[in-house]
Amino acid sequence: MKYIDEYRDPAAAKAISARIHAEVDPAREYKLMEFCGGHTHAIARYGVTELLPPNVKMIHGPGCPVCVLPIGRIDQAIELALKHNVILCTYGDTMRVPASDGLSLIKAKARGADVRMVYSASDALQLARDNPEREVVFFAIGFETTTPPTAMVAQAALREGISNFSILCCHVLTPPAIAYILDSAPKGEAVTLEGFVGPAHVSIIIGSDAYAPFAKNYQKPVVIAGFEPLDVLQAILMLVRQVNEGRHEVENEFIRAVNPTGNAAAIDAMADVFELRETFEWRGLGEMPKSALRLNKKYRALDAELKFSPNYQSVPDHKQCECAAILRGVKTPIDCKLFGNVCTPESPTGACMVSSEGACAAHYSYGRFRDIAIAKG
Amino acid sequence: MVKKNYIRPLDLNNGRVDMNHGAGGRASKQLIDEIFAKAFDNEYLRQGDDGARLPALPAGSEWVMSTDGHVVQPLFFPGSDIGKLAVHGTINDVAMMGATPLYLTCSFIIEEGLALSTLKTIVESMGQAARDAGVSIVSGDTKVVEQGKGDGVFISTTGVGIASTKHTISGTNARIGDVVLLSGSIADHGVAVLAQRESLQFDSQIESDSAALHTLTAALLDALPAGTLKTLRDPTRGGLATTLNEIAVQSQVGIELMESSIPLKPQTEAACELLGLDPLYIANEGKLIAIVSPEYAQTALSTLRAHPLGEMASIIGTVVADEHCFVQMQTRLGGRRVVDWLTGEPLPRIC
Repeated sequence: MKYIDEYRDPAAAKAISARIHAEVDPAREYKLMEFCGGHTHAIARYGVTELLPPNVKMIHGPGCPVCVLPIGRIDQAIELALKHNVILCTYGDTMRVPASDGLSLIKAKARGADVRMVYSASDALQLARDNPEREVVFFAIGFETTTPPTAMVAQAALREGISNFSILCCHVLTPPAIAYILDSAPKGEAVTLEGFVGPAHVSIIIGSDAYAPFAKNYQKPVVIAGFEPLDVLQAILMLVRQVNEGRHEVENEFIRAVNPTGNAAAIDAMADVFELRETFEWRGLGEMPKSALRLNKKYRALDAELKFSPNYQSVPDHKQCECAAILRGVKTPIDCKLFGNVCTPESPTGACMVSSEGACAAHYSYGRFRDIAIAKG
Repeated sequence: MVKKNYIRPLDLNNGRVDMNHGAGGRASKQLIDEIFAKAFDNEYLRQGDDGARLPALPAGSEWVMSTDGHVVQPLFFPGSDIGKLAVHGTINDVAMMGATPLYLTCSFIIEEGLALSTLKTIVESMGQAARDAGVSIVSGDTKVVEQGKGDGVFISTTGVGIASTKHTISGTNARIGDVVLLSGSIADHGVAVLAQRESLQFDSQIESDSAALHTLTAALLDALPAGTLKTLRDPTRGGLATTLNEIAVQSQVGIELMESSIPLKPQTEAACELLGLDPLYIANEGKLIAIVSPEYAQTALSTLRAHPLGEMASIIGTVVADEHCFVQMQTRLGGRRVVDWLTGEPLPRIC
């Protein structure tokens, strides 16, 4: 595939890998967090870890929108579909996130709920146009990447006066989550993260300037990277250099798509439609102030929470679940007692196991061979 | 005046299947006579009995039997349809046992309201596929379910074939050092079907690879000495990844793959990229995995490539010792990863 294969070139990967090996200080450990699930996926799928020196450790962050979606929100979506008989539309991998009572959207569908997988927010609005006698709810999840399309669909619905369409808004924001990870370490716990691989698609929307406070206030280097494996390797090299030189700047590896100020049209659309929630629950991280969006006054009629008043009940994670510590880089999946026996991709207990982009699921599916030495045939 | 049949023919232009067609009376018989018997016609069906009496088993051979249900939506998609799929699927299951498929039976669960013209097209396509493969559909059954209780039509087929006792082909036979071959490009069937689903509006030229593979397996069985062809398996649902994991567990071995040698058509790869799907987990309906002794790997490869259904065949990996039965892969990038079982349904990633 043109313009994609170039970013997956083995020779170039080998060259960057060699540079990383040459430049790391063998006496120190580099714990770097890739915030985004997209990076976690790329690292796992292309086997990037294999190309890194053993003292460069990638910590998988909370930037997987499906993973951090709290159970209570999925319960709300299921309630809308089962009790209020709406057509509930959502993105693919939201379908199997486990909810209360052993349910998920896929399982609710088996009990008669009308749940539809859509590829874009506008497909959901089209369903509302095509089914004027039914209520259609778009279960809107994701970071700043998927938020502008939801905003534009809300604008279109209001403009066209479509009254059978509403949005269950669970959009969350990236910068507060990064700050939370840096702030939330219990007293006495060494802050171990040395730098961040910054989001790719999110940064296209919000721009690279959005990360300046982390570089400045927390003295952590941030390198924004694309989702291809060479992007990730190059960003890691840039982070290693910053750490070695004691710098903490925002650098942009993904200049082919990301600029300092972001996408103005997308930002305007979001500002027109949404307002900040006082607080929002994140699975694995808990309540986080000013970390999520809801529809503002102008778009109130489209807010499914106001239209149907679904019950919201916070559901705590399993007591032994180590997701929070894993997300701070203090523990690894195999340090968790539940990993691999109680908590598996087929029946996830914690946030990090929910989608293939979660830290635990990625380790389970792509990396668990590293836990065990394998005899070669 | 004596009329020919004293029956009004089915309205194949505007008629629909209704509950009468499943009641077992005259309407049922008419449906079978005018659509099924006509399309499948052979000496066994012509007897009009409840089953088929088959010839004796030749000396030095064994029966092989397999069954498969087909529930695809949409019923027609580029490169194939549910009728062909129902024939190819079961032929392939019999062929993967190292057998020559000879007879099929079929069971149709038809949803009330299905257009008779649609049913006729599917049944004719099925008859054609069976004739092309040299297999007779010797017995069948139809049932009709109320509207909303089926998805147009479900077709189950059962196949019987005969295998020479010379070869024993099984998923349990893979041994350390054996070589893993694949007969062609992956993920074409799954992507062709997905691309037809209405919500996608995805204009693709990708065709399903649906094909009967028994002549390809026959070529391998002829070319390789007994005991050197270990395993044959068609990577259908769950894709290449899941099928290799099944074999690894059955044989209690590990499998090492080279990503760069797994054939994948550019248009299929691009569609998977766009939809956020991993082609290793997408269904195939006309490909096979062969595991052979290392000294016959090249013979197997050239045999596959000499057949029209195996032109893109490739050696994709080797069998290794691994008590955990992992399937692992050297990625194109130069890294390594586990190629795990499919978890749930393959769903697109969000970002």
